Amino acid sequence: MTFSGFLQQFINAISLGSLYALVAIGYTMVYGVLRLINFAHGDVLMAGCYFAFYGMLVFSLPWWVSFSIAILLTALLGILIDRGAYLPVRKAPRISALITAIGLSFLLESLALVIFGGRVKPFHRPSIFGQVIQSGDLYFIALNLWIPAITSLLILLLLIVVYRTKVGMSMRAIARDMTTVRLMGVDVNRITSITFALGSAMAGAGGIMWALKYPQIDPYMGIIPGLKAFVAAVLGGIGNVIGAALGGLLLGVLEVMIIAFLPSLAGYKDAIAFLILILILLFRPTGLMGERLPL
Amino acid sequence: MSLVVLFVFIYWAETNATEYQIRLLNNCAIFIILAVSYNLINGICGQFSLEPNAFIAIGAYTSALLTMGPHEKQISYIIEPLVWPLSIISIPFWLSLVIAGLVTACFAFLMGFAVFRVRGDYLAIVTLGFGEVVRVVANNLQSVTNGPLGLKGLTPYTNLWWSFGFMVITLFFIWRLTKSSFGRAMKAIREDEVAAEAMGVSSFRYKMMAFTISGFFEGVAGGLLAHLITTISPVLFTFFFTFNLLIIIVIGGLGSTTGAVIASIIFIYSSEALRVVDESFSIGSLQIAGIPGMRMVVFAILLIIVMIFAREGIMGRREFSWNELINLPKSVIGRKNNILFGPARKREKKPTK
Repeated sequence: MTFSGFLQQFINAISLGSLYALVAIGYTMVYGVLRLINFAHGDVLMAGCYFAFYGMLVFSLPWWVSFSIAILLTALLGILIDRGAYLPVRKAPRISALITAIGLSFLLESLALVIFGGRVKPFHRPSIFGQVIQSGDLYFIALNLWIPAITSLLILLLLIVVYRTKVGMSMRAIARDMTTVRLMGVDVNRITSITFALGSAMAGAGGIMWALKYPQIDPYMGIIPGLKAFVAAVLGGIGNVIGAALGGLLLGVLEVMIIAFLPSLAGYKDAIAFLILILILLFRPTGLMGERLPL
Repeated sequence: MSLVVLFVFIYWAETNATEYQIRLLNNCAIFIILAVSYNLINGICGQFSLEPNAFIAIGAYTSALLTMGPHEKQISYIIEPLVWPLSIISIPFWLSLVIAGLVTACFAFLMGFAVFRVRGDYLAIVTLGFGEVVRVVANNLQSVTNGPLGLKGLTPYTNLWWSFGFMVITLFFIWRLTKSSFGRAMKAIREDEVAAEAMGVSSFRYKMMAFTISGFFEGVAGGLLAHLITTISPVLFTFFFTFNLLIIIVIGGLGSTTGAVIASIIFIYSSEALRVVDESFSIGSLQIAGIPGMRMVVFAILLIIVMIFAREGIMGRREFSWNELINLPKSVIGRKNNILFGPARKREKKPTK
């Protein structure tokens, strides 16, 4: 493998990893606050893509308006999911909440299938992202530079919210001890909804960038990125926002690089993420940056 | 006695029922086997796992590879020929089912070492991951599973005798297991693993037992399914399958074998009945346009509603008993009496000090 080939794949890996990081952060935030694995997160990603798609296609909005509105709508969808489906099972045993999450995931997929149709739709890629940049031997599209840049910006904003605002402080406190936070007079339901909104907005943004990168959308597109983002969150230490970002990057790099060095294994790309999951859970369940052992 | 009734019923069905009904009955039997064995690990042992689609796939492929004759294999494997010993083996149906079950049980055994290191949500994700790995491997291992092309032209060995026969065996085995000390140990693990360990119940051993037995029966059911549908490919064994089974055991009541049986029957028949939702139908003069795919939306909504409002499902954790069945009308009428004939008797006054 030549050096330029390696660099080419590495750029690919970074952009893929950024996407995983963005979605993983949503998972990790919800888990930190609710101790619930939001199976429906991948489908929220898919919903974001479809909102953006219809914004551009049906309402003929310029792409940046469509994307912003899609992210807002996805955040609203997150709040709806929290209030509608997860709130009633908050007091129930864990298995009920898990089953509800799985049911919700399927509900979103089936609804998307019914409303949007199962045919794969092409996502329009604005020319600013599609420009081919050439540097010596390397050819890549501008998107591969935009994605890490936008992701870093979004993660930075999120970190500011989580570590420098009152709301963020409440989120971190709830992740430690929900009952005491309630005693302190914090409206836990409101904070949880805000967490969901932020996480889903991240997923929406990640989804739109995913659709820009792989411009085909269908109702089941969210499952695999969702699962891989979960693996990334576990890899980094679930409950830890920075860990999720690092885990996402690491997972993206590992996935692309292993295939780059062993091209015959290309069909097993999806299985790599799960193998990493199994290995991490076997040997270091707290993840790379996690402190506490998840119960 | 019920066995005799079943025997007579199957005989009648074989000769008189339509193709469509026979297919439904076969499906019923296979799903009962699947639901009951999935219920063993999920409901009775309390370990929330999402593994069925992996084990069904392994069972289906094993059984199919073992029963297909060399000629049929040559027809299917057009891109890469099948690896050597498998390309010439061809064994009777029942043996292939048993071997499929054993192979799946072996997989379950090996998987269990990795899987049971974690608990709760993580167990679910790890088993889901294994399911995906199995599907991806089946999709790529061209020389063994024929990749995305799948296997076709399987002889439809599955008829009512085989499927109901295995169903009876499965029900008997799992029923006796849950009533035995093994079943009690599993239920103890479900209720409180730490306390069970403190009482000397080796949780790992019983979890493994439940997992492996589940795996065996799911493998057998996979083989039956393969020979019913006569074509298998990796596309069949996605998480969707597991989700259907999950709906079944949740609605039936996690932890109740009878519930799983009842819910499977309801599921199969309502799947067919709800087809009507997919096509247009008319109520009187009102024409309601059908929306394809609404069936799955209905099932998903049903699952969420059951989880929010009726977590116990139909049977909760109760099992079937003739006593309850006979007393059922009495208890219903008793309640009605109270509603009809006034409030309950006043409690006697407590003696004051």
